[in-house]
Amino acid sequence: MTDQPENPLRDALADAISSNEVILFMKGTPEQPMCGFSARTCAALTATETEFASVDVLADPRIRQELSSLSNWPTIPQLFVKGELVGGADIVGQMYESGELAAVLGAPATAGDEPLPETAAPGSAPPLQIENRLS
Amino acid sequence: MPTASEVKERIEIGIPGSDAEVTSDDNVHFSARVVASDFAGLSLVEQHRLVYAIFGEGELGGSIHALALTTETR
Repeated sequence: MTDQPENPLRDALADAISSNEVILFMKGTPEQPMCGFSARTCAALTATETEFASVDVLADPRIRQELSSLSNWPTIPQLFVKGELVGGADIVGQMYESGELAAVLGAPATAGDEPLPETAAPGSAPPLQIENRLS
Repeated sequence: MPTASEVKERIEIGIPGSDAEVTSDDNVHFSARVVASDFAGLSLVEQHRLVYAIFGEGELGGSIHALALTTETR
C-alpha cells in the first residue's frame, strides 16, 4: 500500500463505475474512437442498442494507470456493467456474437445475428470527464 | 521484439498443459487462441487474467502492443 491514503482519482473512477449501469473506458470517444479495439467494443454496445457512459482514458495518463490497478485488467477498453468488469474488446466481441452480451445488458436478445458495423453510431451521452475531477 | 513463437512458448510455460496458437504480422500486434484445462470453472475475465498475468507490468501495451485473445476450456 502507498503512504497516501487519499486517492481522489481512484475514488472518482470507483464512483463512475458504481453510478453508471453500463460504462466503457476507452481510447477516444464513441464518436471518435482512437483505437480499433475501442471502436469494436463501442460498435458491439451500439448494436445491442444499449445506452452507455464512456470515459476517454487518453484525456490523462493517470486514468489508465489507476483504472488498471483498480480493475486488475491491463488493457483498454474495459466494459463495466452494474459495477462488474465484463471484459475487454475480445470478451465483449465474443459475448456479442454468442448473444450473451445482450443478456448481460438486459437488451432484447436479437443481437449477435448481424455482423458488427465498421463504425459505432454516436453514443447517447457525452463522455464523462474524470480528468476534470483531478486536482 | 518478441516473436509469435516466443509468445506461444511463454503462454504454454505460464499455463502448464495449455496449447496456444499465436500469430503476428509485425511482432507487435499478436493474436492468440489458448486452450487450457485450467480455465475450467473460470469466467472469461478470469481466463484472460491468467494469460495477461504471464506478461510483465507494462509489457502488454508496450512491446506487445496488442494481444487479441480467445480462450477456451479443454
